[in-house]
Amino acid sequence: MKRPEVFSRILVLAGLVLAAGVPLAFWAQTPMIHARMSEQGGWTPNVLRVEAGQPLHMSMTSDDVVHGFAVGLMEIEPVDIEPGKVTNITLTFARPGIYTFYCTRWCGRNHWRMRGTIEVSGPDSGTDSSVIPLYVTLGIDIDEPHVAPVVPGRLPSAVNGRELVLEMDLTQINDPEFYRQNSPYQAFEALNSVSLSDPEKWDVVSALWLSNTSPNALDRGKSLYARNCAACHGENGTGDGVFADDLATGANLAMQTMDGTAGMPLQRPANFTDPNQMLGASPAVLQGKLLRGGMGTGMPMWGSIFTEQQLWDLTAYLYSFQFDYDNKGD
Amino acid sequence: MTKIELTRHPLLKSFLKSRYPQLAVFVLVLAGFVFAIVAGLIGTPVGSRNFSIVFVWIAWWAILILVAVPFFGRGWCAVCPIPLPGEWLQRGAVLDPPGKKPGWLNRRWPRIFRNIWLQNIAFLFLALFSSVLLTTPSLTGIVLAIMLLAATALSTVFERRAFCRYLCPVGGFIGIYAKIAPLELRIKDKDICARCKDKPCYHGSPAGYGCPWDVFPGGMTTNTYCGLCLECLRTCPYDNIAVNLRPFCRDLVKPSNRLDEAFKAFIMLGSALVYAGVLLGPWGMLKDAAYHVGTLAWFTYAAGFLAFIFIILPGLFFLCLMRAQNSLSMKQRFTSLSRALIPLGLMFWVAFSLSFVLTNASYTLATLSDPLGLGWNLFGTAGIPWQPVGTSILAPAQTLALVVGLIGSARTAQKAAYEAGVSTFPVIIYCLGLTVIMLWLLI
Repeated sequence: MKRPEVFSRILVLAGLVLAAGVPLAFWAQTPMIHARMSEQGGWTPNVLRVEAGQPLHMSMTSDDVVHGFAVGLMEIEPVDIEPGKVTNITLTFARPGIYTFYCTRWCGRNHWRMRGTIEVSGPDSGTDSSVIPLYVTLGIDIDEPHVAPVVPGRLPSAVNGRELVLEMDLTQINDPEFYRQNSPYQAFEALNSVSLSDPEKWDVVSALWLSNTSPNALDRGKSLYARNCAACHGENGTGDGVFADDLATGANLAMQTMDGTAGMPLQRPANFTDPNQMLGASPAVLQGKLLRGGMGTGMPMWGSIFTEQQLWDLTAYLYSFQFDYDNKGD
Repeated sequence: MTKIELTRHPLLKSFLKSRYPQLAVFVLVLAGFVFAIVAGLIGTPVGSRNFSIVFVWIAWWAILILVAVPFFGRGWCAVCPIPLPGEWLQRGAVLDPPGKKPGWLNRRWPRIFRNIWLQNIAFLFLALFSSVLLTTPSLTGIVLAIMLLAATALSTVFERRAFCRYLCPVGGFIGIYAKIAPLELRIKDKDICARCKDKPCYHGSPAGYGCPWDVFPGGMTTNTYCGLCLECLRTCPYDNIAVNLRPFCRDLVKPSNRLDEAFKAFIMLGSALVYAGVLLGPWGMLKDAAYHVGTLAWFTYAAGFLAFIFIILPGLFFLCLMRAQNSLSMKQRFTSLSRALIPLGLMFWVAFSLSFVLTNASYTLATLSDPLGLGWNLFGTAGIPWQPVGTSILAPAQTLALVVGLIGSARTAQKAAYEAGVSTFPVIIYCLGLTVIMLWLLI
C-alpha cells in the first residue's frame, strides 16, 4: 500500500474518531440535571445525594420550556433554567435531611409535580427539628367540610372593626392562640354577648384577624400566592386560574394521572372569595391544607417547600379575600 | 454570453485534478456530518441550541439553497461525505487507483428504479415529517445516520454511488435545479469521445475511477446527474473534459421527456408553498397538524399535502396545456413544459429559506461555542442572544427572488411552449398565480 493511501485512511479514520469520540467523551463526563415538563419526566435525575457540609455542584438545563429551580425550606433565590442553556448552582447543606427541590415557573399543567429530593447525609444531630402541624395537635380533620352557617352581607371592614375593638374588652378572643385555632365564624359567635350589630361583629372579627398578622407578612403571603397559587386559584382568589378548567375537566385531563387516562374527577380549586367556606375554616385548617395538600384534589403539598412562617403568612393572606383590611365599610 | 472554460487555467486545473484538496474537504465535512449525528443523539433536545439542527437545517441549508445550488449546481454533491465510507469499502481504497476486481457484489441498480421516483418518494417522506425533523435533534441525528448507513450498505451491493444517484432525497432536487447553475462539466469535443475505445471516464483507469454517478460524460447534455466528482477530469487520457462557466438556465433550453423529473418540479414547487404556509403562516391549527405526527389531523395534513402536489398543481398545469397546435402527446407537452417551473421552484425555495435563515442565523454563533448544549463557551459566543438579522432587506430580497424566478420561468416557458406547440400565456399565468400566492404567504 502506498504511503498516500495509508495517510488518507488514517486521516479519514482520525476524522471519524475525533468527530464521534470527542463529543461522546465530554458528554459522558458532564453530569447534567435535565428539567422537562412533568408529562415528559420532570427532573432527571430527581434524587440527588450529598453529605452535609459538602458543596453540591449542579449543572442544570431545560429540555423544553423555561423552568425554575429552588429548594424548599431554604433561603435561596429561585434561578431560571432556560432551554438548551446550562445553569450552574452550588449548594451546601449544613444539616442532614431530605430536602425538596421544585420548579418555580409555571411550565405546564402538571407544573406542581416537578419536584425532586436532595438526600443530605451526615451524622445525626440528635435533635428532631420537625414541627407537628397544629391541625394534628388539635385533632382537626381538615378534609371535613368547614362551612360557616352565617356569613356577612358585605365585606367586613377591619378599619371599622379596629375602632370598635378599642371600646371593648376582648381579652378572650384577641389572642394568637384563639386566632389560629378558631374560624372567623367561631370568633363571630364568641361576640354574641356584646351589643353590636352583625355587620359590626364581622368588622371586629376582621380587625382581629388583621391584628394577628402584619403588612410585611401579608406582602410576603401575597407574593407567595402570586407565584405558587394564582395559576389554579386565580389572581383574585376566585378559583378560576388558568389551570382551573384542566383540573375540573376530571378524568380526561386529570392532574391525578400523568397520562390523563385513568384519573378520577378532581374538584375545582378552592374559591377563596366564598365566605361560607373561608369564614368556617380556621387558620389551623388552612395552614394544614397548605402544608399537607388536598386529598383527591390537585392541591399539592407545600409543607416540604414553605417554611412554617411562610405557611402562616400565606394563610393570613388568604383571609384578605374575605376581609377589607384597608377601607372603612359602609 | 459564451462559455468560459475554467480548466484552461493550469493552476485551477491541477487543483481540481488533484485528489488531496477534495479529500481534505471530504474528511472535514465527514467529521462535521458525524459530529452532527452524535450531537443530535446526545446533545440538548432543544433544537435552537443543538449543532445538528442549527448547522444542518439553518447553516448547511442556507449554503445549499442560497449559494451552492444556484451557483454551483451539484457543487455540494462534489464534497458531500455520505458516499465516502461506502466508496472506501467498494473500492478497497481511499486514494489508490481502482483494483482489477470490483469489490463486493457490484450489481447494477435495478432497471425499474433507474429514475428519480425513489428520490421523489424519499424527499416527500421526509417532507411530511419536516416540522418534527427540523426541530428535533435526535430525529435529525437518526435520519443523517440512516443516510450514511444506507449509502454505505448500498455501496456494498450495487456499483457506483447508487444511493446518491437514485435514493438521496436531497440529490434529487439538487439535480433538477443544477440545470440553472452557471457551472457545468462537459466534454470539449464529441469526436474525441467517439474515437475513445476504453471510455476510462465511465469504466475507470489507473488514473481514477469510472463515473461514480453512472454517467458517460460524452453523452451528457445537462447537469442533472453529474455529481462534479471530477473523476472524468482525472481519467480522460485526451484532456477532453472541461469545467465551464456559462449563462444561467442554460440546461433548460434542452427539452426533457421524463415524468419523474417533471413531478420533481411539482414536488419542489408545492413543498415550498406548503412549507411557507405551515412554517411561516399564522395558522396555528395547520402548524399543530403538521407537528403532531400520527394524529388524525396529521394524516389530513399529509393527504392535503400530497393531493396538492400530485393532483392540484399538476392538474391545473395540465389544463394550461390542453390546447396544442401540433401532434405532441399530452405527456410530452407536460414533461417538456414542466421544466419552466424549475427557475420558479428554486426561487420559491430561496425566498422561503431567506425567511428562516435570516431570522435564525444568530443561533449559529451560540451553537458554535456550545454545540451540544453542555454549557461550553469555546469561542466566547455562547451567550449571544437570538437576534434576527437583515430583516429590513428580507421582504425586498424575497420579492426580488420571486420576480427573478418568474422571469426565468416565463422565458423557459416561451421556448418550451414553442417546441410543444402550446400557448405560453396559460403557463405564465399559472406561474404568476403561484408567485402571487407565495408572495402573499411570505410577506
